[in-house]
Amino acid sequence: MRRQIPALGSLLVVAAVLCILPFVLSDYRIYLAAQVGIFFIAVLGLNILTGYTGQISIGHGAFMAIGGYTTAVMSRDHHTNLVVTMLMAFAICFVVGLLIGLPALRLSGVYLALVTFALAVSVPQIPLQYSSFLGGSGGVQSSKTVSNLWIYTAAWACSAILFVAAWLILRGRIGRAFRAVRDSEIAAVASGVELPVYKTLAFGISAAYAGVAGSLFVLATNGFAQPSEFDVFLSLQILVGAAVAGLGSLWGILVGAAFVGLLPQVSTSVPVIGAEHGRDVVFGAAVILVMLLLPDGFAGLLARLKLGASSAKPQAPGG
Amino acid sequence: MVTAATSRLEGLRGRAIDPGATTVVLLLLGVAVFLLVGCLQSKNFAQYTIQGIALGSVYGSLALALVLVYRATHVINFAQGELAMFTTYIAYELMLHGFSYWAAFAATLAIAFVLGTVLQVTIIRPVQHRSVIATVIVTVGLFVLIDGVVNWIWGGDLKSMKSPFGNGFFVVGGVAIQHLYVGMVIVVFASAVLVWALFRFTKLGLGMRAAALRPAAASLVGVRVDSMLAIGWGLAAVLGGVAGLMAEPSQFLLTPTFMQPILVYAFAAAVLGGLESPAGALIGGLLIGVMLTLLVGYEPHIGPITITSELQLPFSFVVLLLILLVKPSGLFGRREVRRV
Amino acid sequence: MSAALLELEDVEARYGPVHVLHGISLAVEEGSIVTVLGPNGAGKTTTLRAISGTVRRAGNIRFGGRSLQRVGPDGAARLGIAHVPEGRGTFSELTVSENLRLGAYTRRGSIQPELERVFSYFPWLSERRRQQAGTLSGGEQQMLALARAFVLRPRLLLLDEPSLGLAPVLVAELFRIIRELNEEEGLTVLVVEQNAHLALQAADAGYVLEAGHVVLSGSSADLMADDSVRRSYLGY
Repeated sequence: MRRQIPALGSLLVVAAVLCILPFVLSDYRIYLAAQVGIFFIAVLGLNILTGYTGQISIGHGAFMAIGGYTTAVMSRDHHTNLVVTMLMAFAICFVVGLLIGLPALRLSGVYLALVTFALAVSVPQIPLQYSSFLGGSGGVQSSKTVSNLWIYTAAWACSAILFVAAWLILRGRIGRAFRAVRDSEIAAVASGVELPVYKTLAFGISAAYAGVAGSLFVLATNGFAQPSEFDVFLSLQILVGAAVAGLGSLWGILVGAAFVGLLPQVSTSVPVIGAEHGRDVVFGAAVILVMLLLPDGFAGLLARLKLGASSAKPQAPGG
Repeated sequence: MVTAATSRLEGLRGRAIDPGATTVVLLLLGVAVFLLVGCLQSKNFAQYTIQGIALGSVYGSLALALVLVYRATHVINFAQGELAMFTTYIAYELMLHGFSYWAAFAATLAIAFVLGTVLQVTIIRPVQHRSVIATVIVTVGLFVLIDGVVNWIWGGDLKSMKSPFGNGFFVVGGVAIQHLYVGMVIVVFASAVLVWALFRFTKLGLGMRAAALRPAAASLVGVRVDSMLAIGWGLAAVLGGVAGLMAEPSQFLLTPTFMQPILVYAFAAAVLGGLESPAGALIGGLLIGVMLTLLVGYEPHIGPITITSELQLPFSFVVLLLILLVKPSGLFGRREVRRV
Repeated sequence: MSAALLELEDVEARYGPVHVLHGISLAVEEGSIVTVLGPNGAGKTTTLRAISGTVRRAGNIRFGGRSLQRVGPDGAARLGIAHVPEGRGTFSELTVSENLRLGAYTRRGSIQPELERVFSYFPWLSERRRQQAGTLSGGEQQMLALARAFVLRPRLLLLDEPSLGLAPVLVAELFRIIRELNEEEGLTVLVVEQNAHLALQAADAGYVLEAGHVVLSGSSADLMADDSVRRSYLGY
């Protein structure tokens, strides 16, 4: 995120649009918009980790799973208030994220990608093993289901809160430390930044965000948590969303979230390929094309457009 | 002056033996002895071990493909497993059209080679010089794309493929050894040896090694580095294809997801062996295969947790994590210098 | 007057945004040894890289009458330009024999006669065939680099600071071999050197580079007699 306040104008526009949408969209479309909100949170979280401390994770779907199952199980067994379960998901995933972040300190680049990938594939297996508590392949049903509008509101409200929180964190000391870690770990250590603390913290925060997204995700599927929903594809979606978003712009994250939230749904109506498989083919092809053509994601595209447009005006730092 | 040993164990690069390697060799001998003793003591143990070796050779073949790509380009191809799955489906299709098994096998491997080189040239080369993340995402996109294409063309339902080795078995000392398992091991090792021979004895192989070691110096002697990388990907696709074709009969049925767990096991095997060591990948595969089969067979209790077959993947994840934390360079790898 | 084997005309070169060569021109006659002298950072290494196509360059470079405009390093090797770079470009992980075979990479068919000839100039190499190149001493590696470059009897040999890090006795030996190769085999050599004295003694002609420009050129005898060269590079 920029050090300056993201143009107040953009914020207001986005907020206004979000307020109006429920009145103009059909229920199904509200559901889709809620999906985008859910991915917004997850992508934002991953953006903090990868964009700001340079640690790759292809396993954030695992954190979503943990968050989602927390909500489902607590609701099923204790009829806990749904919002409270979301807070629990946040807390639990924060701790789990810290725990994963600790060994992750010793890994870098490709190795971390490998490990998080393995995590993403492994975590969905756990409910199969502990089927009495975690419902096995049949899944866990929470005791309460909510309307699409509820989810839309919750998702975007959380998005707003978490976005502001992220912005506050990133512009302060922690954010500077994160950026220092990303740009040069050696230099960061030399200037006194305690690497382990900040890198682990980033992991915890991004996992917590994914956890909240996971709660909402489960609620969006009729309150039903199932291993098959949290497959590897989910982690890949989040990663791709972060890549498409690029670094550090609100619009970027919105575009990234929309890309991964909507494309799979939209591509079910691809004519030749057909409903189910259209999703993967189009998604996969689109991802590859985006990486080939848009190296810095949407944020990079924006930055380049801005540089081009304002070549006559004095240029503000950052971009 | 130390003379370079050129034994197979040092793999394709003829490095001098270092003291660490002798420890590793002793360790492996210890494991081999343990397995041998176990096999002699218990028929069940022997069955599991043999099955583990057969499955392990498949994991090793895919791990070898991963290592090949990594050594040449420092990229992990997350789609290696799906690519192998795709080529297996191609073999299936060929057999539906009347090809005999081995004719389909050969044709599939040829197609795999072409596919691998084409992929490297079209989608990997443009992003190779950029960050690791970019290439990872591209291979991830490829993963998803291939998955979708296979589901589209063939559908997600279970298909059956004839096993080339039949259902018979040898009986050795009261232990039944399936022809299938013997076949798997032989085919995988034969392909690995062929690829090794290519690298070790041919000019092309020398060029590929040079391109992987020092691309700048290699182009100064006339090696077309880009082409070498493409060929590397082609060979990796072939090795992956072998893994897929040999894995399939052991699963009895063909589905689009059958290579996904194997990819994780192959990652664990490659890392265990050392990401830059081809011999390590194969040995790592065998170790992982045997370890997993024994665990699933005996279902030991570790504290409150019982290891059943559902936990194979999380278990492999833990193994992977432990290796990376304790000895990231694996059994045979060099210690990697952290680039500043 | 016949064209020189290698001609550079107004060649510029850069690393990213940094321009290192600002339009240099030089010529190397076939069968001669030419040296490029100058202080650190003058662009000597970059000149060789421009010829072999390892760096972005502009301007006219002709080799045997043929433009090297679109030729990259592997293409240059195929045309018969052997570039021994800074750091020697040997493959430490491979054996001596494999390094030599790589030198002959662009040749089809058997290279046994070429290897024999190389071993006649570097007899000790044939005993070390199966030794890993990285375990050779610095001087031996430099000899190996030279041998590797020579295996295919290139039309032009580009040598980048061959004396770097070597004991004087080895350096003298190295230059003796270079002169021998030049006299016996007619090998054309362009050598970049810090050791001006040795280089000028071996060479027929030379160029002095400073800050990306050619400031002086001439026969080696002329250069050795030149006052500024004597002061700056020869120490007297």
